[in-house]
Amino acid sequence: MDDWLIAIIKVVGIWVWVLLIAVVMTWVERRGAALIQDRPGPNRAGPWGLFQPLADGIKLFTKEEIIPTKAQKLLYIIGPLLFSVPAFSAYAVVPFGDKIVLGGKEIILQVSDVNIGFLYILAIGSMAVYGVILGGWGSNNKYSILGGLRSTAQMVSYEVPLGLALLGIVFVYGTFSLRDISLAQQGTFLGFLPNWGIFKQPLGFILFIVAAYAEANRVPFDLPEAESEIVSGYHTEYGSMRLGLYLFGEYVNLVTISGIIVALYFGSWHIPYIDLGAYLGPISWGIVSFCIFFLKVSFFLWMFVWVRWTLPRFRYDQVMGLGWRGLIPLALFNIFITALFIQLTV
Amino acid sequence: MNQNPTPQTSHDTGDYVTVNIGPSHPAMHGTLRVVALTDGESLIKVDPEIGYLHRGVEKLGESLTYHQFIPITDRLNYCSAIPNNVAYEMAVEKLMGVEVPEKAQLIRVIMMELARIADHQVCIGILGVDLGAFTPFFYLIIQREEIYEIFEWFNGARLTNTFGRIGGVDADLPDDFEQRWEELKPGVRKANDETEKLLTHNRIWMDRTIGISAFSAEDALNWGFTGPCLRACGVKRDLRIDEPYCMYDKFKFKVPVGKNGDVFDRYIVRMIEMEESLKIIDQAYKLYKEMPADAPLMARVPKVIKPPAGEVYSALESPNGELGFFVKSDGSAKPYRIRIRPPCYMIYQAFPELVEGELIADLVACLSSLNVIAGELDR
Amino acid sequence: MDLKKRVEQCLGPNNFVVAMIECQGDLSVEVPKRSVVDVMRLLRDTPDLGFNFLSDLLGVDNLDLNKPKKKPKKKTEEGEGAETEEELKEKGPLPPRYEIVYLLLCLERNERLQVKVRVEENDMEVDTLTPVWKAADWPEREVFDMFGIRFKGHPNLKRLLMWDDFPAYPLRKDYPLEGQGEERHLIYDD
Repeated sequence: MDDWLIAIIKVVGIWVWVLLIAVVMTWVERRGAALIQDRPGPNRAGPWGLFQPLADGIKLFTKEEIIPTKAQKLLYIIGPLLFSVPAFSAYAVVPFGDKIVLGGKEIILQVSDVNIGFLYILAIGSMAVYGVILGGWGSNNKYSILGGLRSTAQMVSYEVPLGLALLGIVFVYGTFSLRDISLAQQGTFLGFLPNWGIFKQPLGFILFIVAAYAEANRVPFDLPEAESEIVSGYHTEYGSMRLGLYLFGEYVNLVTISGIIVALYFGSWHIPYIDLGAYLGPISWGIVSFCIFFLKVSFFLWMFVWVRWTLPRFRYDQVMGLGWRGLIPLALFNIFITALFIQLTV
Repeated sequence: MNQNPTPQTSHDTGDYVTVNIGPSHPAMHGTLRVVALTDGESLIKVDPEIGYLHRGVEKLGESLTYHQFIPITDRLNYCSAIPNNVAYEMAVEKLMGVEVPEKAQLIRVIMMELARIADHQVCIGILGVDLGAFTPFFYLIIQREEIYEIFEWFNGARLTNTFGRIGGVDADLPDDFEQRWEELKPGVRKANDETEKLLTHNRIWMDRTIGISAFSAEDALNWGFTGPCLRACGVKRDLRIDEPYCMYDKFKFKVPVGKNGDVFDRYIVRMIEMEESLKIIDQAYKLYKEMPADAPLMARVPKVIKPPAGEVYSALESPNGELGFFVKSDGSAKPYRIRIRPPCYMIYQAFPELVEGELIADLVACLSSLNVIAGELDR
Repeated sequence: MDLKKRVEQCLGPNNFVVAMIECQGDLSVEVPKRSVVDVMRLLRDTPDLGFNFLSDLLGVDNLDLNKPKKKPKKKTEEGEGAETEEELKEKGPLPPRYEIVYLLLCLERNERLQVKVRVEENDMEVDTLTPVWKAADWPEREVFDMFGIRFKGHPNLKRLLMWDDFPAYPLRKDYPLEGQGEERHLIYDD
C-alpha cells in the first residue's frame, strides 16, 4: 500500500473516531450529570438513552438556518468554522497507539509525526479564539459581545501558562514530538516510579490541567457561556448546525486536550512496570496500545464531566487573577526547578 | 435612562453601555427587570423595575369575601404558600378577636415550618445554579418533593395550598404523618449536608460570595429589611421570638445571626434556619401528640364573616422576613382595604445601593441571595 | 407607662394629636398633615418611645366609608370601630377622603404604632418621609401610583407597579375592578 493511501485512511479514520467520541460524550455528559445529581437522565431514546445524541443531531440538522438581520454575515458564518476546524486539526499530531504491522509495513498509530509536535497544537488552538470572538461580535447582540470578550481574554491569558507548563516537558524529554515523548515514557526511574510525565513534572501537570480547563471553556472557567448571567454568551444568537459546530467543536477540544494529557503526562499507551510490546505480536500490540490509550483518554473525559457538575464557576476578574498572578509565576517557578534538577542530575 | 416597557437594544452614553437584564431571563427570579449602566463589566448605575406581575391583588380583595381571599394569598410568595395563608388568617382573627384553639396552632406551626424549609431549599438551590454549581439544586429539590407530598396529602395541593381557615385549620394531620416525618427528617439533613460539603468550604464559592453586596446593620434597618437578609447583617430580629404568635414561645430554637450581610452570610443563615425548623417541627409534633384526639380545630366563627369595623395590622415571620397584613373592615362581609406588606419589597428597593460598584456576575449572585419573589413583590 | 400615655405626652404638647384610636390592641394616632415629618422625628428620637423602624406605608381611600350608609344593618355594629362612624356622622362636612397610614415599630421594646395622616381631595400633597427613613422610597411611589397622592421632595416619584403613562389611579374606590380599558391604548414602537 502506498504511503499516501495509508495517510488518507489514518486521517479519515481518526476524524471519524474523534467525531464519534464527541457524539458519545454528549450522552456521557447528560447521563453523568444525572448520575451525580441523583436522577435518571435521558432514558427514552433507545436503551439507556443511547440514541439521544442521534436525536440531538437530527434536531440540530433539521432546524431552520437563521441569520439575524443586523448580524455581520461574514463574521457570523465564519465564527463556528474557525472554532471547530482547528479542534479537529489539532488531533493530527496526537498519537493514538504505538505501531502496527500490516502487510509487512510498519505503520505508526499517529496521523503525522512532525518534529514540532505540540507547538503545532498550541498554534492551531490559538485559532479557536478567533472563532469565539468573531462569533460574538458578528451576532450584533450585547450579550454575545460580552461573552466573546470574556472568552477571548480568558483563552488568550491561559495560553501562556499552558505553553510554559509544556516547556517543562520539553526540558525533561528533550523533544517536541509527541511520539518521541510517548516512547520515552517507558521504564522507570528512581527504581520504582514509572517514567511518566506526571511523576517527573507534578507541578507542570497541575498547571497544565487548570490551563486546559480554561482553554476548553469548561466549568469552573465557563463564564463565556454562563447561562444564568448572560444568557448563552457568544452562541446566544446561533441555532441549528452552526450551534452544532460550536458545541461539537467544544467536545472535540476536550478529546484533543485529553489526548495531549495522556500522551505527555500519563504514559501514552504504556502500562506501568510491564512492557506489553515485548510479549504481544505486532498486530495485537497495535490494537492493545490503541485500547489502552483510549481507556486513559476516557478517564480524563469523565473527569471533565465530573468537575463540571461539582464546582461553581469563577467570576471574570478571579479568572484573570488566577491566570496572571497565580499560574504564570508558578509555571516560571516550575521551569526554573526543572532546569535546576536537570543540571544537577546530568 | 428610559423606563419604557418596551426593551431597548443599545443606548450608549459615552463610554458606558446600557444593558437590559430581564424581564425574561434565566437569572431573574420571576419577572424582574434591571436596567444597568455598565462600564465593561462593572456597574455604574442600576435601576430595577418591577410591576410585571402586578395582578391587583389588593383591589381584588375589596370585592371578595374574607374567605374567598385566602386562595389569593397563596399566590403571593408561591414558593411557600402556607405562611401567607396563616398571616392573612391571623390578621382577620385579630380583627375579630377570635382565639384559635391550641391544636390548630400546632398544626399551623408544623406546616409553616415545613414551608420555610421548602422556601430556603429553593433559594439556596437557585443561588447555586446562578453561580454555576448545578448539583446542590437537585439534592435539595428532591427533598422538596417529599415536602410537597406531605402538603398534597394534607390538602390536595402541592404548591398553592389554601391552608387553614379563619379561626383555625380545616382538617387534622393525617394518621401516618409520623412515619412520613421520620422519613423526611434524615433526608433533609442529608441533602443539607451534601450541599454544605459541596459549597460552604469550596474556595470558588467563597470567592464568589464573601464580601459581595455587604451591608451594614444601620443601613439595613433604615431601608426596612427584615428576615434572613437583616439577620445576616448582624441584627438579631425574628418575629417568632420578639412578638411570638401561634405558641412559638413554647419552642426552643436558635436564631442565626451573620456578620457582614454579604451573600455568604445570607446563605449560611438560611442553611442554619432549615436545621432549626426541623427542631421546631419535632417539638411541635411532640406537643401535638399530647393533645386529645377530639380537641377542636376551629374556633367558633360565624359562617359569614363580618368583623367589626376597625383596622388592624398583624405580621408573622415568613421565610423571607416580616409578612404583614393590614386589614380594614367597615363591618360588611367584604374587607374595605387589605394591604400586604411584602418582605422582599423593602429589601429589593435597596438593590441599587447593594450592587452599585460590583460586577455583572455579582448582580446575579446578590439578586439570588435576596430571594426576591415576583409574586410577593408585585402582588 | 402605657403606650397611649407616652405618645400623648410626647406629641400632645405641640398639638400634634388630632385623634387616637385603639382597635384590638393596635394603637393609632392621627396627626396633622403639615407636621408629619416632625412627628416622625419626634417619635424616633424621644427616648421612651424610640420608634426607629418604618414597617410599612400605605394609603386608604375612605370614599365608601364617608358615604351615608343606606343599609340599616351596618349601623347597629358594636365595637370601637362604630364610635368613629358615629363621630363622622356628627361632623357636618365630609372628612378628608384619603388617609396615609404609617406603621412604626420600636425594635427594642417590640411595640407598634400606627400614625395616620388625612389627605384632602383638593390638596393631595404630603411631605416625603425619605429623609427620615429610606424605607419609605417605594411605598410612597406605590401610594402615588395607586391613589395619586404626591410626595414633595421624593427623589424619584414615578409610577412603580403600573406602566409610566397609565392615566388613572387604580386603588381609588371609584375605579372599577375590571379597569377602564387603558391597556388597549398601549403603543409599542415598531
